[in-house]
Amino acid sequence: MSFVFYLIAALTLAGGLAAVLLRNTVHCALALTVAFAGLALLFLGLDAQFAGFAQILIYIGAVAILVVFAILLTRSSETMQEGVFSKSWFAGLVIAAGVFAVLGWAVLESAHALPFETAAPRVTVRDIGNALVGRYVLPLEIVALLLTAATIGAVIVALHEKERAR
Amino acid sequence: MAAASISVTLDQIFVLLRDWLVHFLPAALRPFASVVLGVVAIVAVFPGLFALTTVFERKGLGRMQNRLGPNRVGPFGFFQPIADGIKSLTKEDVIPFRADAAVHFLAPLVLVVAVFMGFAVLPVGRNMVLVDMDAGLLFFFAMGASTELSVFMAGWSSRNKYSILGAMRAVGQMISYEVPLLLSSVAVVMITGSLSLTKIVAAQNQYTGIFPHWYVFTPWGFAAFLMFAIAATAETNRTPFDLPEGESELVAGYFTEYSGFKFALFFLGEYLGMFSISGLGATLFFGGWSAPLSFLNVIPSWIWFFAKVMAAIFVFIWMRGTLPRLRQDQLMNFAWKFVLPFTLLDLMVTALWRFMGEGWARWVVCTAILAGAYVLMGRTAMQQKKFGPRSYRYAE
Amino acid sequence: MLGEGIIKGMLETAKNFAGSFVSADRLTTVEYPEQRIPTAENARVFPFLVYDGAGWEAGLRCVACQICEKECPPKCIYIEKSKDKKPDFVGKMQIYPVRFDIDISVCMSCQICVEVCPFEAIKMDTQFELATDDRFGGLLMDRQQLAKSNEYYHSIHPAEAAEVDARLAQEKTAAEAKAKAAAEAAAAKAAADAAKAAAAKPETPAAGGN
Repeated sequence: MSFVFYLIAALTLAGGLAAVLLRNTVHCALALTVAFAGLALLFLGLDAQFAGFAQILIYIGAVAILVVFAILLTRSSETMQEGVFSKSWFAGLVIAAGVFAVLGWAVLESAHALPFETAAPRVTVRDIGNALVGRYVLPLEIVALLLTAATIGAVIVALHEKERAR
Repeated sequence: MAAASISVTLDQIFVLLRDWLVHFLPAALRPFASVVLGVVAIVAVFPGLFALTTVFERKGLGRMQNRLGPNRVGPFGFFQPIADGIKSLTKEDVIPFRADAAVHFLAPLVLVVAVFMGFAVLPVGRNMVLVDMDAGLLFFFAMGASTELSVFMAGWSSRNKYSILGAMRAVGQMISYEVPLLLSSVAVVMITGSLSLTKIVAAQNQYTGIFPHWYVFTPWGFAAFLMFAIAATAETNRTPFDLPEGESELVAGYFTEYSGFKFALFFLGEYLGMFSISGLGATLFFGGWSAPLSFLNVIPSWIWFFAKVMAAIFVFIWMRGTLPRLRQDQLMNFAWKFVLPFTLLDLMVTALWRFMGEGWARWVVCTAILAGAYVLMGRTAMQQKKFGPRSYRYAE
Repeated sequence: MLGEGIIKGMLETAKNFAGSFVSADRLTTVEYPEQRIPTAENARVFPFLVYDGAGWEAGLRCVACQICEKECPPKCIYIEKSKDKKPDFVGKMQIYPVRFDIDISVCMSCQICVEVCPFEAIKMDTQFELATDDRFGGLLMDRQQLAKSNEYYHSIHPAEAAEVDARLAQEKTAAEAKAKAAAEAAAAKAAADAAKAAAAKPETPAAGGN
C-alpha cells in the first residue's frame, strides 16, 4: 500500500513540477492533467471513489480541456523564446508562499481538531448525496447560484461581442 | 429440472470457467488471477466484435445504398477485417516532421486505454462484471471524459490545420453533449437510488406478468433514453454528428496525420466507444442483461446483453446510412437549446414520477407533460429555423 | 413535428436495406472480373496503331510523319523514322517508323493524335486492363505491342472503322485512277514524243529502215 502511495505521490509531484517548469504551455497543461490523475488515484487509494471519479470527470474532463482551449484561443501555443519566469515572479512567489502557509496551517490545525482514526470511514455516494442536500444545502445552493451567475456573465460577454461585430 | 440447470450453467458458463481456471492457482493469487482473466476476456471480446462490426457496417451501408458491400475476402467478405488489419500493420508509421512526437505517440494510447477502462463496470451478464463499483456510472463517465483529452492531444500534436480543426470541433461537441448524456443518466439514478450499474440492472430485472420493468417503458425513461441516444451519438462522433472527422471537409479530422497501426488504434477506440456507450444505454434503459420477456430468461443473460449492444450498433449504422451531417452551429443550438432543456425537464418529471407514487395518474401526467413539451419545443424551434431546413446566411 | 423527417428517412433506408435482399434487380453492383458491362462504342482508353493484311510490320499504316508526336499534349509519343522505304496501301513508297513508343503512364487519352493523323494509322483502343508490376517498362508500349489489325479495329469500333475503310477505299480508287490517268498521260506523252521524234527525224528511221 505504502509503495503504491509513494509511486502515485511521485507521479503527482512530477506532473505538478512539469506543469510549472516546461516551456511549451500545452505541455504544461498536459502535465497538469497528469497531476490531476495522480490526485484522483490518491483519492481512490483512500477508498474515496466518489471524490476520485469526480476529480477525473471534472478536472481532466473539463478543467484541463478548458485550460487547453484557453491557451489555444488566446495566444500561440509555441514555445516561448525567453525564460518561463514572468516579470512579476517575486509577487507570485509571495502569494504562492502565503497560500501554501495558510493551507499548511489549516491542515496541521485540523489534525488536532479531529479525533484520531485508525481506519478511513466508509463513505458511500449515498452519504455524500444526503450530506449535500441535507446539512450542506446552503453552501451548495450558494455555489450553484455563483456558477449560474458566472454562466450568465459568460453568455452576456459573448452576446456583447456579437452585437459589436454587426 | 434438467433443462433449467442446463440453462443456468450456460448462463454462468464464463463465470464457472473462470473459477475453474483460477482454482489451479494458490489461494493468495486467486482474486488477482480472476481479475486478470476478466480483463483478458474484455480485451479479446470487444476488439473481435469491432472487427465483425466493421464488415457488418460496410455491408449494411452497402445494402442501404443498393450495393453489395465487401464480398471478396473469404466467404461473403467476412475476412475483410483480417486483410484490413494486416494492411494497417504493414503500413509505414509516418510522424509529421513538425509534429510533437511524444504527444503524437501518446494520444492513441490514452484513447484506447480510457475507452477500455469503461468496460470494467459494464455488467455484460448475470454475475459478469469486472469491478462492481459503488460509483460505477461515475467511473464510466470519468473514463469517457478522459477520451476528450486524447482527441485534443492527437489534433494539437499533429501540427496540421485539419487535425486541429477536427480536434476543436470534437472537443466542443463532446463537452456540449456530455451534459445531456450525464443528466439523462441521472434520471435513472434518481429512480434506482444507486450509481452502481449492477443495482440498476437488478432494479429493472423484474417482471409484471411477462413484461419487464425496463425504464424505457416509462414516460420519463423513454424521454431520457431519446436524449441519451442523441447525446451518445454525438459523443461517439457518429453521423449525423460526425463533424470532427467529416471526410469531405477535414480529411479525417483529428487523426488525419496518423497512419498504419496508430490510425487503426483510433478506429478501434472509436468503435469501442460505440460499444461501451451502447452497453451503457442498454444497461440504463433496456435492463442490461435481463430478457425482454420473462419466459425468455432460459437464454443466457450475456446473449441478451450482446444482442442489445448489436441492435444499438445496427441503429448507429442505420442512422449513418440515412442522415446527412449537421453544421457546427446547428449542432450547438441543438445541444444547448433543445436537448439540454428537455433533459432538465425530464429530470423534473422523473422527480414527479418518484413522488406521485404507484397508480395510473403518474403515467398520464408525466406523458402529458413530456409529449406537450416535446411538441411545443419542436414547433417553436422549427419556426425559428434553429434546426429546421438549412438557411444559408452568406449565400443569399 | 420535430423528428418526423428523420423517421421518414430511416424508413426509406430500411426499405432499401430489406429490398436489396429480396429483389436482385435493385442491386446496381456489377461484380467486375466475372461480370462485365460491354464497353460503349465510343469508349477510348489508349491509342494503338492499325495495320492492314496479315503481317503487322509490313501492313502498318503509319508513315512516321511525326504529326502526332508533335501534337501530343503530354508528349508521350516517340517516333524514329526509317532510312529505307516500303510501299503503303496504295503501293506508294513511304518511310515507316522503326520505333514508335507510347508511354501510357503519361498518355491522357485525349485522342488528339487520332484527330491529326492524315493516314488513319492511329486509333483509340478500348483495352483498359493494363495494370502491371513494372511501372517503367510495363507501361511503355513499343510498336509491336501497339500494332493491332484492322479486323480488331472493326471489332471494337464497327461504325467508325467502316467509315474509315470507305474513305481509304475511295482514296485508293482515286489514287489508282490518278495513277491510271498518269500512266495514260505518260503513255500518250510517250506516244506523242515518239510521233514528234518521228516527225522531226523522218529520215533516220527511214534511213535506218533503208
